Amino acid sequence: MKNTRTIGVQGQAARSEPHITVHDLTMAYGSFVVMRDLNFTINRGDIFIIMGGSGCGKSTLMKIMVGLKEPAKGKVFYDGVSFWEVDPMERDRIMRHVGILYQAGALWSSMTLAENVALPLEQYTDLTPSQIREVASLKLSLVGLAGFEDFYPSEISGGMRKRAALARAMALDPDILFFDEPSAGLDPVSGHLLDELILELRESLGATVIVVTHELASIFAVGNNSIFLDPETKTMIASGDPHRLLVESRDPRVRNFLTRGGAVGEMKRGGRRDHE
Amino acid sequence: MEREPLRCELSFSRPTDDTLLIRLRGSWRIGQELPSADEVRKQFRSDSRVKRLAFDTKELTGWDSALLACLVKVRDLSLENNIDLDTDGLPGGVKRLLSLASSVPEKKDTRAQAIPEPFLSRVGTKTVQFVVSAGEMLAFIGEAFVAFVKFLGGRARYRRSDLFLVIQQCGAEALPIVSLISILVGLILAFIGAVQLRMFGAQIYVANLVGIAMVRVMGAVMAAIIMAGRTGAAFAAELGTMQVNEEIDALRTLGISPMEFLVLPRMLALALMMPLLCLYSDLMGILGGLVVGVTMLDLNPVVYFNQTRAAVSLNHFWVGLFHSVVFGVLVALAGCLRGMQCGRSASAVGEAATSAVVTAIVSIVVATAIITFVCNVIGI
Repeated sequence: MKNTRTIGVQGQAARSEPHITVHDLTMAYGSFVVMRDLNFTINRGDIFIIMGGSGCGKSTLMKIMVGLKEPAKGKVFYDGVSFWEVDPMERDRIMRHVGILYQAGALWSSMTLAENVALPLEQYTDLTPSQIREVASLKLSLVGLAGFEDFYPSEISGGMRKRAALARAMALDPDILFFDEPSAGLDPVSGHLLDELILELRESLGATVIVVTHELASIFAVGNNSIFLDPETKTMIASGDPHRLLVESRDPRVRNFLTRGGAVGEMKRGGRRDHE
Repeated sequence: MEREPLRCELSFSRPTDDTLLIRLRGSWRIGQELPSADEVRKQFRSDSRVKRLAFDTKELTGWDSALLACLVKVRDLSLENNIDLDTDGLPGGVKRLLSLASSVPEKKDTRAQAIPEPFLSRVGTKTVQFVVSAGEMLAFIGEAFVAFVKFLGGRARYRRSDLFLVIQQCGAEALPIVSLISILVGLILAFIGAVQLRMFGAQIYVANLVGIAMVRVMGAVMAAIIMAGRTGAAFAAELGTMQVNEEIDALRTLGISPMEFLVLPRMLALALMMPLLCLYSDLMGILGGLVVGVTMLDLNPVVYFNQTRAAVSLNHFWVGLFHSVVFGVLVALAGCLRGMQCGRSASAVGEAATSAVVTAIVSIVVATAIITFVCNVIGI
């Protein structure tokens, strides 16, 4: 809870400087529109939550923001640069400042954990092999995986894979970190530890963090800004601090989601009052 | 001693003029022969005065989803006929499940359309799919070529260790299966030739037949077909699995081209290894022919080898090697193309592997026909 308060304060301080802006975005698969008219700004230093029910298009939105899928319409700006309108080389340059933790980790299975973390360093730095090995070991130790350098992804647990993938995502000390369903498939304790890690990283790296999730525990533990995607209307129907949305939103769909159909809401509100 | 469960039964009675009482007896479980809900429909049709439907389950000894499925049909029938359904007589669990099954109305537009697509529309769709797929194939070949040019210029991003690993997998590790198949092909060619040539007393020409056939085309073709089934499918499955696990997405977002990082080493490895495998296959095939020549035709091994050496010219050798390089590139391209096009499910990986083998074998046969025709035209 202490962390949440700290983030909130810093989030307010950084609120003046937009980092990523999504303007009038429509996403579609062929003629099937997934979401339309998305407009929001992520400020530098935010922990921004993209939330909504299963299958509402959260991961698709992330794919568009990181260059894996072209939008049907609209723009994504990184520091004022229109991401989909610049040439691919420039897009690669922008993406070099972005780290991504995929839902299933997406570690390269034919490489050891150290090689996974080392690959971005080999590609984009002039470090010697021994220096790269040292940095890779350091990154792995930051996520609690010291000593696992020579393990293959198939030899470790799901939680460890996620942490190793996080080490790879922050190999190049990115300004922006994307997390796709970080707690999916993890037990509550591992999920909580990962949330703590996200907060720690946000504090120490000062990065802007975007988390795609529907896990209420994570949303309230780390988020200081958010949007809510609604699959029925195919657009975002709420935005802002999730704690504030929980208290102030009058939209039944948002309330229903944030209170897990009503049951958890009272508990959360109670928790927040205690915290405040 | 446990009582034998009663056979499940459905019977009807009329406590009042407007009420139909359904009596359920015995054990209603999946796997048993169950009465049909159509009996209820017949009752509704036979008497239009029925306005209420009730249940008596005093003699119901057991139930599972079988009973529920029947009751859902009865519920639908009563809705169709505007008859009130009184579920009070049902066991508590059945009542709750029945209300759960009715709580969300069926979405009407979710079922697959049963209307068959007109013939012309199907032809059009297939044509568009073919054009799109041909475009994707050309784009892939173009990207692979650009990656190769970058490699020649020393600017391609790939790991040397990956290249050596693939070379080992599709080179040395393929030797046992190439040996077996090539020896057998040599034996088969020699057998067929021996039967015919013996009639003219020209057994010695079995050496010419096996030698020329293996060196000029069969060695390359057999090695390529083995590699299509062994390595091409493996490439497709490997890249397809990487696609499913988002590993290729992870490369792309890092700014690393999957064409350079994944496709290039595989293409280079096969293009380099295929000529060597082809040479090896040629030798094994000739060895197979020799076995038949010595054992069946009583030929001297030295004579057989001399005859082969005299028959096989350098032209045959170069044509065979050219075949093998082309096949190497084709097998690698087919495997990698299908792997990169793979969908995001386990079944898609299987389809990608199958499709890679089919594409590779078709390409091998077409390429062989083209090369043979061109060689004929230019006289080599």
